[in-house]
Amino acid sequence: MSESKLPGWKSLPIGAVILNPPTSLRYKTGTWRVFRPVIDQDKCIRCRLCWAHCPDGVIKELDKEYVTKDGKKYSVTYEIDYEYCKGCGICARVCPAKAITMVEEVA
Amino acid sequence: MARVVGLNGNYAIAYAVKAVDPDVIAAYPITPQTAIVEKLAEFIANGELDAEYIHVESEHSALSTVVGASATGARVFTATSSQGLGLMYEILFITSSLRLPVVMCLVTRAYSAPINIWCDHGDFMSAADTGWIQYMSTSNQEAYDAIIMAYKIAEDPRVLLPMMVSIDGFIQSHTIEPVALEDEEKVRKFVPKRLREIRLDPDKPVTIGALGDPDWYYEFKVQQQVALEGARKVFDEVVDAFAKEFGRRYGALEPYRVEDAEAILITMGSTAGTFKVAIDKARKEGAKVGMITLKLYRPFPRDDIVKLVSNAKVVAIAERDLFFGAAFPGYLFNDVATSLYLADVRVKLAGFIFGLGGRALRFAEAYDIVKKMWSYALGEAEVPTHPIFVGVRE
Repeated sequence: MSESKLPGWKSLPIGAVILNPPTSLRYKTGTWRVFRPVIDQDKCIRCRLCWAHCPDGVIKELDKEYVTKDGKKYSVTYEIDYEYCKGCGICARVCPAKAITMVEEVA
Repeated sequence: MARVVGLNGNYAIAYAVKAVDPDVIAAYPITPQTAIVEKLAEFIANGELDAEYIHVESEHSALSTVVGASATGARVFTATSSQGLGLMYEILFITSSLRLPVVMCLVTRAYSAPINIWCDHGDFMSAADTGWIQYMSTSNQEAYDAIIMAYKIAEDPRVLLPMMVSIDGFIQSHTIEPVALEDEEKVRKFVPKRLREIRLDPDKPVTIGALGDPDWYYEFKVQQQVALEGARKVFDEVVDAFAKEFGRRYGALEPYRVEDAEAILITMGSTAGTFKVAIDKARKEGAKVGMITLKLYRPFPRDDIVKLVSNAKVVAIAERDLFFGAAFPGYLFNDVATSLYLADVRVKLAGFIFGLGGRALRFAEAYDIVKKMWSYALGEAEVPTHPIFVGVRE
């Protein structure tokens, strides 16, 4: 970013208030990731624990049907928003079905 | 009509806070401040004051709570002393940096160790670099009045900075003096509430307290510095408005018998009264001495100091703190020296430290300081470059 194009202290709102939130969406924190959580939809029991524990709210609960190999039918599917997932691994740790694997990102 | 009652400093503060009708109060008990927030809790319990009183588990939380409330536009109050202020330290910077008009009463008390509950100004001075407006009162009436003025100054749209008003631990906080309590309607008219346009409001969301990376942080710090310097103008306006409305006038500093003085003492806090009597005594004996009681410590009134002392031969700074390891180990001394140097005024400076941990400054000692200062002006004694620790055992 070119510094000279940014506003100076005389024109910035005081107290570092951001008037047009949420600017955090511009930070694609997914680039921080070293390990990527991958959900095995067949092992997943739809308990919602990963969704509840994710510190960044990047586990999406989708109204998307899924039928497992064994023929079990679920009305929801959990998916990860990789644009913002930092790869902390909490979801994998809390998953009681061991349905989430942390896979190393390769450049 | 004002009603004159006997009040200790803590109660004077509580009555002033009640008069401005705060919305949220959060505090944690610490001697010698506790009675302020106890009294406020009593006002609320009795239905005399309609405010949220939030119980917290520490001073860090107390200040954080009023920061959050203030960010929504609420009028807030907290109070603390010594270690409590120390625990608030990181939030002191956040309060001023978020430009929140929080008003706090600091009841001055020495920092540990050893544990000491008595008065000195180490806590007040330790907040000198946190971006707050700081005012040190010298009487309970002045403390009451300063709290009312503080809301008007801090909440002024040209300022929007937190303000700390101090009273001296025990010497003011637990000493009863006559205090004129103003009519609360009149006080509320003097400090009307106005919702800031930018605040935490679900209908008009903003982000407060976000990350400011190296591309942004610096600009906000310069904004703060400019705002704090600019607060002086608003301070003076409010002093005038207060004098007009309530008939009592306070300034950034109070000169006393300085007109023809060749030696001038500068001090802060409740000990000023003792020094005034010492100045009177020395004057009777022919010494051309005067004094300045500094009230507004931040922003520092450097131009006023320069103007008042530029014709003197000697300036003595008597302060109740220790600025460990500084070029001179007194905060006030450093501010005065810098002010004079920048204005190219070359007056001899003598630094006295007194009253740490509540050690009383006896009249004979105050008088001795004034006499020493005069002897420096006469050239009878060399002005020492080291601090003189008054009343300490060797």
